[in-house]
Amino acid sequence: MKKFTSLISIATPLDRANIDTDAIIPKQFLKSIKKSGFGPNLFDEWRYLDHGEPGMDNSKRPINPDFILNNPKYSEAQILLTRRNFGCGSSREHAPWALEDFGFRAIIAPSFADIFYNNCFKNGILPVVLSNEIVDELFEYTGKIVINLDDQSVTTDEHSFRFDVDPERKRRLINGLDDIGLTLQYEDQIRLFETEHFKKHPWL
Amino acid sequence: MSETLYDKLMSAHMVHDQDGASLIYIDRQLIHEVTSPQAFEGLALAGRKIWRNESNLAVPDHNVPTTERSSGVSSITDPISRLQVETLDKNCETFEINEIQMNDIRQGIVHVIGPEQGATLPGMSIVCGDSHTTTHGALGALAFGIGTSEVEHVLATGCLWHNKAKNMKIEINGSLANNVSPKDVALYIIGKIGTAGGTGFAIEFCGSTIQNMSIEGRMTLCNMSIEAGAKVGIVAVDDKTISYVKGRPFSPKAEDWDLAVEYWKTLHSDPDSNFDESILIDANLINPQVTWGTSPEMVVDINGSTPDPQLEKDEVKAESIRNALKYIHLEPNTSMSSVAIDKVFIGSCTNSRIEDLRIAASVAKGKKIANNIKLALVVPGSGLVKKQAEDEGLDKIFKDAGFEWREPGCSMCLAMNADKLEVGERCASTSNRNFEGRQGQGSFTHLVSPAIAAASAIAGHFSGVEL
Repeated sequence: MKKFTSLISIATPLDRANIDTDAIIPKQFLKSIKKSGFGPNLFDEWRYLDHGEPGMDNSKRPINPDFILNNPKYSEAQILLTRRNFGCGSSREHAPWALEDFGFRAIIAPSFADIFYNNCFKNGILPVVLSNEIVDELFEYTGKIVINLDDQSVTTDEHSFRFDVDPERKRRLINGLDDIGLTLQYEDQIRLFETEHFKKHPWL
Repeated sequence: MSETLYDKLMSAHMVHDQDGASLIYIDRQLIHEVTSPQAFEGLALAGRKIWRNESNLAVPDHNVPTTERSSGVSSITDPISRLQVETLDKNCETFEINEIQMNDIRQGIVHVIGPEQGATLPGMSIVCGDSHTTTHGALGALAFGIGTSEVEHVLATGCLWHNKAKNMKIEINGSLANNVSPKDVALYIIGKIGTAGGTGFAIEFCGSTIQNMSIEGRMTLCNMSIEAGAKVGIVAVDDKTISYVKGRPFSPKAEDWDLAVEYWKTLHSDPDSNFDESILIDANLINPQVTWGTSPEMVVDINGSTPDPQLEKDEVKAESIRNALKYIHLEPNTSMSSVAIDKVFIGSCTNSRIEDLRIAASVAKGKKIANNIKLALVVPGSGLVKKQAEDEGLDKIFKDAGFEWREPGCSMCLAMNADKLEVGERCASTSNRNFEGRQGQGSFTHLVSPAIAAASAIAGHFSGVEL
């Protein structure tokens, strides 16, 4: 898994609440059997003026000049700033795959949907929860933001804010640890549990 | 110590606990073609084996055509959809996983066939790379949707890291009117608590309304708990649960059955158990529902109207209302019953079970869909639901009324196959999500119950119904 330690970047402000994973990556792109290459279709229906399908040459498609991701000012941004309940809906991990492939390494919002939040950590993306008031303030701010996972801080030229993160998820993300490898260290414990579990519930 | 049902299910599967992150054992993983190819690829690349083959059950559902498909996978005309289904077939063969293939009569939507086959049972921990896995909580199981990395993790380790959710109780008491269904209850609750109202929670549904609700109805309700943002939605095991499970192909037999029933009867929250949040709902206040916007929380009574953003004090909410009305081409204060529709979809893991089809058929019986309806689809949840409906003559009622009777699959709920809406088309849909573009780019989805979908097909616009 990709590590995340710290990041310095401006943020792309996507001022909308309840952005669902269908919007992040529409279903026609879920037909791919690969994990990569979803970036050009991130927010496809908002980013382009035509209907996107897999296999199209995206560089030739008409772009929506009003959509924030198409603003050249934000072309190098690695932080996405957005509103509450980001990533709701479908469990598709294609959503964080597309965000990461596009170049986002951190997302700041007042809240996230559970499955999406969890999927981010599996892909080296840090989802940062900050209060509505702080997010409002960040929407007004245009400079660089420093995100430091070790001390759990988001810092602008003017302020520094602390965010919460589950200690185990933090440890894995900072060290880029492989979840499956870690779990298999408990192999004997899992076998032991399984034996007892099936003894108690022989119908399973 | 008094425990909630969720707490009991968590304890029963706890392998290891580390700083609040729990490693839990997974009894059943359901697999479909969209969220599994990358998991199998990861497994192969790392040279890892499947932890326990028989814990897994696979079925293709998202990409399958609902039209004539007797020639099997080759009848999928879209080559990338076909490749995805072929990849599932191949992976299940290579990794020796039990798969119900496309033209097996047992094939259907993963969340319909799990309970139907007895492959999902009370007390089990169940995951699937699909958010609507909450459906299986209706049987008193610990069930939730996961991402593809976690699908791979469960394949390789038989376990999953899970951050324990908080407990929420939603108690619903009273009788539902005849024309009010579990779908209306689900939409009503989401309208009250919002699409993030359940975030971080395991919701247990209880109260007399739930006790009187069929297992199919409980599945509809638990299915939609993800639309309230909840991790899981569960209902305690009762006699209805046990009768439902009995005699299904994967259900326990002989002395195992008695042992299982004895255990299942303990699967309820203890009387004094502590919930972090409790909500009380009066069933008498629930009317048939219809969504007006682009999120399941944007919902009103079928006799209601679209909201006026000028009356909303919260600026983020007002902006969401404006965005939604603009997208869906409706003005503020529009009466929903005046809104004409183009297509109707009866199906999805929310509403494609036999009782959904029965009620829709009872509304459509002896009537015709309106002239302005371009297409009214009925897509049964599984081959077995389809067969039962045909045995009861429901297919004939639908066809006589002008509906199309299709093969089972996810179909127009998310429109990954050929069943989709065109730009500007408006649909009364029994599915679960009305997000922008969900049923086709630039199309408009309104979520309703099967009865309202059928009544609206006949009226040509959103319409209530007396039953």
